[in-house]
Amino acid sequence: MSKALLYDSTLCIGCKQCEQGCATQNNLPYNDSIAAEEYQSAHKLTAVLTRNDKFMRRLCMHCEKPACASVCPVGAFHKTKEGPVVYDVWKCIGCRYCMAACPFSQPKYEWGSLNPRVRKCIMCPDRVNAGQQTACAEACPTGATKFGERDDLVREAQDRLKQNPSNYLPRIYGLHEVGGTSILILAAVNVEEFGYPTPEKIGDIPLPEYTGRVMDRIPDFIPVWSLVLGGIYWISHRRAEVAAAEAEEKKNGSAR
Amino acid sequence: MKIKLTFWRIVFLVIMVMGLYSTYVRYLRGLGAVSNMTDQFPWGFWIGFDCLCGVMLAAGGFCMVGAVYLFNVESLHSVVRPAVLTAFLGYLLFIVGLLFDLGRPWFIWHQLIYMNPHSVMFEVGFCVMTYTTVLFFEFLPNVFERLSWKAPIKWIHKIYPILIVLGILLSTLHQSSLGSLYLIMPSKLHAFWYTPALPFFFFGSAVAVGLAMTIFESTQSAKALGRHLELSVLVRLGGALLVALWVNALLRFEDFFHRGLLKQIIRPSYEAYFLWLELALTFLIPIVLLSFKKVRLSPNGLYLASVISLFGFITNRLNVSLIGFETYVGHHYVPKWTEFSVTLMIIAMGFALFRVAVQYLPIFPKDDLQVRSASNARPAVSLASPVMEHAGD
Repeated sequence: MSKALLYDSTLCIGCKQCEQGCATQNNLPYNDSIAAEEYQSAHKLTAVLTRNDKFMRRLCMHCEKPACASVCPVGAFHKTKEGPVVYDVWKCIGCRYCMAACPFSQPKYEWGSLNPRVRKCIMCPDRVNAGQQTACAEACPTGATKFGERDDLVREAQDRLKQNPSNYLPRIYGLHEVGGTSILILAAVNVEEFGYPTPEKIGDIPLPEYTGRVMDRIPDFIPVWSLVLGGIYWISHRRAEVAAAEAEEKKNGSAR
Repeated sequence: MKIKLTFWRIVFLVIMVMGLYSTYVRYLRGLGAVSNMTDQFPWGFWIGFDCLCGVMLAAGGFCMVGAVYLFNVESLHSVVRPAVLTAFLGYLLFIVGLLFDLGRPWFIWHQLIYMNPHSVMFEVGFCVMTYTTVLFFEFLPNVFERLSWKAPIKWIHKIYPILIVLGILLSTLHQSSLGSLYLIMPSKLHAFWYTPALPFFFFGSAVAVGLAMTIFESTQSAKALGRHLELSVLVRLGGALLVALWVNALLRFEDFFHRGLLKQIIRPSYEAYFLWLELALTFLIPIVLLSFKKVRLSPNGLYLASVISLFGFITNRLNVSLIGFETYVGHHYVPKWTEFSVTLMIIAMGFALFRVAVQYLPIFPKDDLQVRSASNARPAVSLASPVMEHAGD
């Protein structure tokens, strides 16, 4: 059903073939100086980071309940049923709420462009829809990035943890974080060292729920508040009318 | 026709020239060239000040309309028109600011056709659009009166109850929703400012700001136009402001207490300094000042307390939108001068338009105007150097 990527950083050799494959797939430039950039940007949708001989990939996590899709005022982002969170540049008005809202800070912006786009990994939707694997998974020579059904990959990750517990920290990053993501990460070191947010910080609750708690009340709030306001208007003006009528009556009464 | 160069007019010209240069940079070289926004800081000064503070500072419109038309507080009648004018201009300029900040402003109309009802931003955008229309209708009688068109005034009076209720409803929604914008960033925004109560605080502070802003603008325009000040009106507003500040302060305290932050906010830290500044300006100083009867009865005292609290609430919005993200991002964001100059240009336009409007439209009570035109007095202190003002020619 829903596709995912399993990234096992203990298998990663830092060859950056995934970066190259991604750049080719997305028609982005790629050369030695871009390869040396240890951060993502509008022209580098995935990056392999190196810290003390350990490698870690960064890319859009393709959340099950993506914050970017829920905040976009024009619905330029949406989660497809195949798994990728995709972007429709035509709809985008450039408010950059997606960038502010993303817990993984994945959407990047074409700051130098006069008609800028938001750029992020979109998980090769054309390839995925055609039944192929993503460009990065195809390019990976060691199987560190593996494409497949999310459920299968979760089971496989659990097996790897069971079989080689000494190789890994005992957790699958992305299994439950912000309600689960389509990128699953196994690692020997804390992913936080590479800029990923700590699981405690982002929690397991899908972020759109935080806004939903308020937004869901609005349809009820509108009629109730309108009635209250209308009622206040009616009462305060009625009182003034009554007071005026009484004053009038008094005047007439005394004249009589 | 002679245009005299006064100090304020020169300031205005300088601001406009710098602003136009920044506008050129914005639209011909892009957002990256004009601002210090980055992928880590996608929302900068324009969102923090132009949008959050701009909408907040325009809250006087719905507050005064609510007081006078909803609650029928007749004694505040003289401040409704200037408050509605300020709000109308404020929202128009907010939209101008948005055209700078949006990456693809030419697609702003997509809001109307690709609606995402789950998005707080969509709700804010939609409310602002409709509310600006409501404000336009609330402002129109000024124009009709000026042109002595009797019939349209009657029509507008007929729909006034609807306009009033709609205006306050929309204001409640979007003033609070500006706070809801940040609800989805619990891991990014610092705990001092991230609270589930954000929408309530944004609305509560908007009411206080509405009162403070009305005091500010009445005093300021009285000075500029040489009008006499209706002290009784200011005193009432000042009393209401004191109550509003107390309510806001107690709610903020309750929130810190409830979330167990009281110890943390006392401990010095980068965020704590900004929080202290904010709390001192919004609550401590104005509440202490307004607690003295002497201050509450003096125009200067009321003016001072209001302006200080306005600065406090502005600090609050900037803390929520900028300072509160610096620890998460790991570096500081300091706006580029071109970002400031665009904002300054927009503010200067606001002052100038306000000045022109009060010059030509019956914004202030009639007898004042007659006194002014009879003496043909030039304003002693011009608010914003209205280059377009032809008074006395």
